[in-house]
Amino acid sequence: MTDLAAVEEAIAGTHRREWAHVLAATVRVARDLDLAEECVQDAYASALESWVRGGIPNNPAAWLATAARRRAIDAIRRDKALRSRLPLLVEPEEGPGEAEPGDQDGADAGDTLPDGRLRLIFMCCHPALGQAAQVALTLRLVCGVPVPDIARAFLVTESTMGARITRAKKKISTARIPYRMPRPAELPERLPAVLAVIYLLFTTGHTAPSGGSLVRVDLVDRAMYLARMLRELMPGEPEVCGLHALLLVTNARRATRVDDGGRLLRLKDQDRSRWYGTALAEAHDIIVGSLRAAPPGRLLLQAAIASLYAEAPSYEQTDWPQILALYDKLVPVWPSPIVRLNRTVPLAMVAGPEAALAEIENLELDGRLAGYQYLPAVKADLLSRLGRPGEAAIAYRQAFALAFNEAERAFLAGQIADHTLSA
Amino acid sequence: MAQYAVLIYAYDSAHAPDATPEDLEECTDHADELADSGSMVMAYALTPRDMATSIRASGITDGPFLDSKEVVAGFYVLEAPDLDAALAIARTNPVVREGGGVEVRPVHSGGLVEQAKEPTG
Repeated sequence: MTDLAAVEEAIAGTHRREWAHVLAATVRVARDLDLAEECVQDAYASALESWVRGGIPNNPAAWLATAARRRAIDAIRRDKALRSRLPLLVEPEEGPGEAEPGDQDGADAGDTLPDGRLRLIFMCCHPALGQAAQVALTLRLVCGVPVPDIARAFLVTESTMGARITRAKKKISTARIPYRMPRPAELPERLPAVLAVIYLLFTTGHTAPSGGSLVRVDLVDRAMYLARMLRELMPGEPEVCGLHALLLVTNARRATRVDDGGRLLRLKDQDRSRWYGTALAEAHDIIVGSLRAAPPGRLLLQAAIASLYAEAPSYEQTDWPQILALYDKLVPVWPSPIVRLNRTVPLAMVAGPEAALAEIENLELDGRLAGYQYLPAVKADLLSRLGRPGEAAIAYRQAFALAFNEAERAFLAGQIADHTLSA
Repeated sequence: MAQYAVLIYAYDSAHAPDATPEDLEECTDHADELADSGSMVMAYALTPRDMATSIRASGITDGPFLDSKEVVAGFYVLEAPDLDAALAIARTNPVVREGGGVEVRPVHSGGLVEQAKEPTG
């Protein structure tokens, strides 16, 4: 007999880390997502009793995959009517050169193939599915998150989320969205959707309100897990590396974004000693390793910028020229006015507030950022540094009128008072 | 293999009653290509929006059913092993480069009714 607590812990850990493995292996046998899920659930349930009796297997994921696949085979043999009436999943035949390593090994070895997880995630993030469905399916199928938890994380009812997932599964099977990894030529079109889903999961968790945010913090962990998994499976894709590095850096600073009273802290006021050093070091290594690949994409450049900000021992010691150089590379690949606005921060440090102010005025003429509170906020800061408090106060008032976050409004109100007095 | 209907959305159909072979050249070439590849099961080109008549419970009206920028200019059915393969074929339609687009829908059932006749008259 093995200790019940140890078994429960092993099962919970395997559920978290290996769900995708086990499901991917089972889907290939069941060729029906609902049947595969059901068999995997059953396998996890049976593991408890079996492992208490016989001990925790050396390879729990392989044990679970074998158990789940046996159940799928049994179900298919026993009663075909048990299966949903939807068409079977399409698994295109692949040439011998494309066969997965281990496919020949039969029932036991084929379950821990990285390829299975990639098939799964690329199917969940197929562009023929809407992004909300992609996100929900990825959480359900790749991470094994129960539907009620997904519903809570996205603030919709359980039945809404259930219907969304059911509809997506129905489309996969009816329209024959294939259960396969995109070919290399298709990757440039298909990979961004996968990256966007992981990034969206992360930001949804990251920007959660502080109250009742437990489930949302879990989203951050799921996103981190997916980003790491994807990088392990596709280490040669610079944007996959960029996403993982970007999430590592952003997440490393998670604890310091607000003070003890829940008040937002600016980057320059955050306690750098509380940043998660191991994650920053890992991100640094990933970025250095990937930046050699030319030309760097948007996520990798964002990660490199975030990492440089984070690596400086203090805000004042930030390597501004290097950050500006990275922004100069980022603007052409991501010509967003918000990127140009962010670029004015290092620009002011390198070329002076005057030059940055000129760029702000260009952005005002551009018009796309009208209504975006950070445009007047950055302008106000520059004017203040140029010793023009009267104009700064006007810009701060504009920013105040656009801000809706209480913490930010309090900060801006203080700035308006200071600059009105000194004007 | 599965069948997919491809609905062609364009500002209007090029297949006007008085269209010359030159007007239709691009459509015809594309249709020939698909027919040669063996992926096209059937195809219909429709006449322009001005020829359309719509029926609702409230009565009969002149024009396409939906008041939108694009109309269905034609449709065809193709055969493909999966959605990715169908999309790869459908996206080669010239309309995609010309401001329109296509909608791909899995076919449930159907086909030519036996003893189909050419319109006469």
